[in-house]
Amino acid sequence: MRRTALLALLSHWRRQKLQFLALIFGLASATALWTGVQAINQEARSSYDSAASALGQGSEQRLVAKGGGDIPRDTFITLRRAGWLVSPVVEGQVAGVTLLGIDPFTLPPTAASPNLGQGDRLARFLSAEGLVLANADTARALAGEELPPIETAPNIPDGQATMDVTAAWDLLNRQGFSYLVVAPAQPAGLAPLATLAPELTLDTVAAGGDIANLTRSFHLNLTAFGLLSFAVGLFIVNAAIGLAFEQRRAMFRTLRALGVPSRTLTALLAGETAVLATLAGAIGVALGYLIASTLLPGVAATLRGLYGATVPGSLTLDATWVLSGLGITYAGAALAATTSLWRVARLPILAPARPRAWARASRRTRDVQALSGLALFVLTGLIAAFGSGLVAGFAMLGTLFFGAALCLPFALDTTLAAAQRAARGPMADWVLADTRQQVPALSLALMALLLALAVNIGVGTMVSSFRATFTGWIDQRLASELYVTATTPAQAAQVRAVLDARADATLPLRTTDTRINSIPSDILGVVDHQTYRDGWPLIEAGDTPWETVARGEAALINEQLWRRTGLRIGDEITLMPGWSLPVQGVYTDYGNPEGQAIVAQGQLLARVPDISPLRYAARIDPDRIEDLRTALEAKGVPPGNIVDQATVKDFSIRVFDQTFIVTGSLNILTLGVAALAILASLTSLAAMRLPQLAPVWAMGITRAHLARLELARAVLCAAITFVVALPLGLVVAWMLLSVVNVQAFGWKLPLLAFPLDWLRLGLLACLAALLAAALPAWRLARSSPTQLLKVFADER
Amino acid sequence: MLLTVRDVTKTFPGDPPLHVLRGVSLDLDAGESLALTGESGSGKSTLLHIIGGLETPDAGQITVGGTQIAGLADPQLAQLRRDTISVIFQQFNLIPSLTVEGNLAFHARLGGRFDRPWFDTLTQALGLTDLLPRYPEQLSGGQQQRVAIGRALAPKPKLVLADEPTGNLDEDTGDRVMDLMLRLTREAGAGLLMVTHSQARARTLDRQITLSHGELSGERA
Repeated sequence: MRRTALLALLSHWRRQKLQFLALIFGLASATALWTGVQAINQEARSSYDSAASALGQGSEQRLVAKGGGDIPRDTFITLRRAGWLVSPVVEGQVAGVTLLGIDPFTLPPTAASPNLGQGDRLARFLSAEGLVLANADTARALAGEELPPIETAPNIPDGQATMDVTAAWDLLNRQGFSYLVVAPAQPAGLAPLATLAPELTLDTVAAGGDIANLTRSFHLNLTAFGLLSFAVGLFIVNAAIGLAFEQRRAMFRTLRALGVPSRTLTALLAGETAVLATLAGAIGVALGYLIASTLLPGVAATLRGLYGATVPGSLTLDATWVLSGLGITYAGAALAATTSLWRVARLPILAPARPRAWARASRRTRDVQALSGLALFVLTGLIAAFGSGLVAGFAMLGTLFFGAALCLPFALDTTLAAAQRAARGPMADWVLADTRQQVPALSLALMALLLALAVNIGVGTMVSSFRATFTGWIDQRLASELYVTATTPAQAAQVRAVLDARADATLPLRTTDTRINSIPSDILGVVDHQTYRDGWPLIEAGDTPWETVARGEAALINEQLWRRTGLRIGDEITLMPGWSLPVQGVYTDYGNPEGQAIVAQGQLLARVPDISPLRYAARIDPDRIEDLRTALEAKGVPPGNIVDQATVKDFSIRVFDQTFIVTGSLNILTLGVAALAILASLTSLAAMRLPQLAPVWAMGITRAHLARLELARAVLCAAITFVVALPLGLVVAWMLLSVVNVQAFGWKLPLLAFPLDWLRLGLLACLAALLAAALPAWRLARSSPTQLLKVFADER
Repeated sequence: MLLTVRDVTKTFPGDPPLHVLRGVSLDLDAGESLALTGESGSGKSTLLHIIGGLETPDAGQITVGGTQIAGLADPQLAQLRRDTISVIFQQFNLIPSLTVEGNLAFHARLGGRFDRPWFDTLTQALGLTDLLPRYPEQLSGGQQQRVAIGRALAPKPKLVLADEPTGNLDEDTGDRVMDLMLRLTREAGAGLLMVTHSQARARTLDRQITLSHGELSGERA
């Protein structure tokens, strides 16, 4: 009995191949987007973990010189002799790669070191010639540099190379150590550090953890996107399964009438769903891998651009996200099929299958949905009022999205009913009435479209607002016409002389790294000049902030530091041990993942005299830039070290655009999936709609005319959905800009209007609906009269 | 002559091909009613569909109200159905999304020939006045067929084609519906061609022809 019943059930798919494909594709695409995002997150996380555990990433405890600078060799020897388990590290830059000089004998085992156990590698590492170890990508970047032989060691993070400390001294022309790594377990009874080396301080904050914390918001963002895409995919699956069940209602009745128990029928349908989920899950995971491989370089660029985190651009296959993808496919399919299975389990044997009756039953569902939607809106308000943090921000977005999706059928029906009341002419009346009847069957696909559109509007508006603000800000901020970096202190003096003689103003740029309230930050020392007053927009300021800074009586801090520390104007910040200043202003500093403080340059140099004096900005009439460039090149400054304002701006904008590539791709993918949801629903509906269309055809409306009306109907539904999506998307944009962004990046942005973009998106949604309706409409236009006549002969 | 059918043939492809109509001819005058009988598969419905412009013949001539319909393109055939012909189906085929009133007026309004006094007369005669705001699924089978008849007659067509209009109704309801249809068709001055299995129903019409294996096998004047 079971086999016969199952074969009868499966015969449906043999005749409804397109519906079968829609179901498989819906589930596969939902799984693919979710799995793709999980794969990206997993890859990035393992990259952070590997980076955090590697030496040089700041995860270990270090001794550093108070106020910066190198640690003398004698200090290291003193500490070792006193029993302190410390290991010296010298750090420098070669061709954009961080070179770490280490001592493999004293390095604590907890600080992940390169594998030196292979063959005679240790001997060559310690030899006079030296050996540089780096991963394959970094090794390629170092090719051509004047360095000792390079060998690959895969466990070294990107952008980092390791060699023996003595060889590194020679290469970097250094005499001291950048820091001393402190082993976590130290012998008992050691002489205190304050006695042995009072000029050193223990730095215990793990910068590796900072990257993980900073990027957590980005990955939460991606996960939210993945979940949303999955939800959109589930709408397709729900629609496809629901319609398949609805179409087979007569078959269910017959099977029940012929003696198949309700429980057996339900079990068979559940089994069928599981088989379909397995098939779709496998396809989805494979597609997810493809999506992740395609998007990962963009994600890597985003993470580098926004947070300075290094993630490789290639993907490794991981069982975790493969299994998570398959698991969520089963969960999704079960979720999508639950309602239909419940209906089948409770289906009376003689239940009628009239479409209008179905629509009327759906009206009750519609009202319940609308009320649930309103309840979710209330919940959104409550979270907004009482919640805080990134998770609350995303919870708000989630409740808002699903509340709006649940209210959509009500909004569509109400709008169409109003239009029907105003309609003149029988065709308009029929089209609108018929569209209302289709709303329950189409609503899931339209909900998917609503979510996709709202996300597009929200994220698009956020990115565009960000871009407009960023470009405006960078125009203001990069006021100097020329930026010069000398190669040596001696050349820097010559550069200074040239600039003083030829430029209208010379602005030396002096920075040093520090931690302010445990937040990685840098201190920028500026000279007193009108350029800063004009070009650094202040969000908050006390009286005459720049004058106060110039007098050395205050500091300005960037927005990131301000929001993370909660400092107010007048509060004191400790810039370095023994150096505190009151905050006199807060400036916007988009794109900087770290904190920053601006102080008077003289004051900074007095505290940290050995700051690299190599960088300068110059104010000059643009017509005289070329002359100045020639003069600087004559002093031996490499052409690449002389950058004009336009180049810097162009570079910054390119970095900015690169950072949102992934968001754009996910936007398009989500919209594409929503369009496919509509296609799946319309294709499935097409066969069910013949009884409604055939009488109208018989009364003198051509098939071509009916097909055009089907297209118009799809566009109308998409247009109404877009009208609902627009305010929703703007609320989403506001939440992203004012809540999520502040938590994720540390800066708040104004919400700007981009009506042309929205109009373009509205047209795109209508076009997507038009394309989705094109196939069913084409099939209707090309249908033979015999097909339609079967409706009247009851031969279907 | 309202309707002239000459030597109409129709074959459906297949293995072997199905010869449904083999040179059928008939005539129908305005105000006249003609019953088309025959066993299942004799080609009655196909002939009705061809006359209604819903199906195309392989050969033969069909003239409705002076218009030769064989060879007309789809838009012209559609216009003919809007302006000249109404079809009543066995399955009623009402539009589920429209109310009874919307269904009744639909065809007439499609052709721009909605006439309120005639509509009211029809509604009253069919006993549908109280049912106008209801939807089709809220009606009984007899009520639905009355709506289908009203819809077909509302545009005052020259020719009414009815395919087993009482086939889904019990005998008493069928009789009442039949009486109504005949009376109202005559009042509208339309010609009626009705396919039926029932000899009793066929006898209530002016004339009767019988189809057998796609050919005319008998005629009652």
